[in-house]
Amino acid sequence: MTGTYLDRIFDPWGEFDRKGRFLDRTARCETCEFPAVNVWVNGEEAVINSEIPGINREAIDITVSGNTVTLHGKRPAGEKKEGESYHRHELWSGDFKKTIQLPFNIDSDKVQATYKNGLLHVTLPQLESDKPRKIAIKTE
Amino acid sequence: MTDTKRDLLKKEAELEKGVERTRAKMVFTPAVDIIEQKDYILLFADMPGVDEKTVDVTLDKDLLTIHGSVEPETQKGHRLVLSEYGTGDYERTFTVSNEIDREKIIASVKDGVLRLTLPKAAAARTRKIPVTGNA
Repeated sequence: MTGTYLDRIFDPWGEFDRKGRFLDRTARCETCEFPAVNVWVNGEEAVINSEIPGINREAIDITVSGNTVTLHGKRPAGEKKEGESYHRHELWSGDFKKTIQLPFNIDSDKVQATYKNGLLHVTLPQLESDKPRKIAIKTE
Repeated sequence: MTDTKRDLLKKEAELEKGVERTRAKMVFTPAVDIIEQKDYILLFADMPGVDEKTVDVTLDKDLLTIHGSVEPETQKGHRLVLSEYGTGDYERTFTVSNEIDREKIIASVKDGVLRLTLPKAAAARTRKIPVTGNA
């Protein structure tokens, strides 16, 4: 993107991008909801990474609809039993739900997700029919 | 509500005054739960991205240090358009009293959570002291 006026108008990532850069400079989202996500894109797909430690793979629900993806899950509370005491209690537990809107429609059949070492990694390809198409000009 | 949300964010590790970090990597303070049970003290630390090979637990005199090394997140051929968290190492140090049996500390990692079991030394387990009256 060279930054001309037209480019800015027709760059669907523009707003997202500027917001991302802004967040990068500041204290990284003071108001965002758990779980924090990083969104990466190239021309064909978006990759959403998220740090969600300490939950079961089965306890994460990912639903895709149109251009939105929702992460939904629950982290059980700690192992404290009656008669025991916390010296520190900082770990987060409970329900979470977060919806992320992408600037394209997602091909829900091709979405892939992995969870390893507390990191969730979701690949969301753009719907083929949504991609820009080159129009050949016929001569008469 | 805002405060709870802010608590969910990763905290960058603080440095002692006058100390500078020489590497570009960020270092975070992992959130922990420390639970005291009858015979054990359990420590859980959220360190997403570490596994058993990249986490180090060291006990030097009475300082217990947990360190997890995480490669900064990159996605080849992609650009980052929204960044809500940073990636980097984890480090946190605790003081451990003599009541811990140092030889028997057990560490394990699962789903990005480090679990340390610190057994209490036999002598430190709660004993009931009978009080005798002056008969």
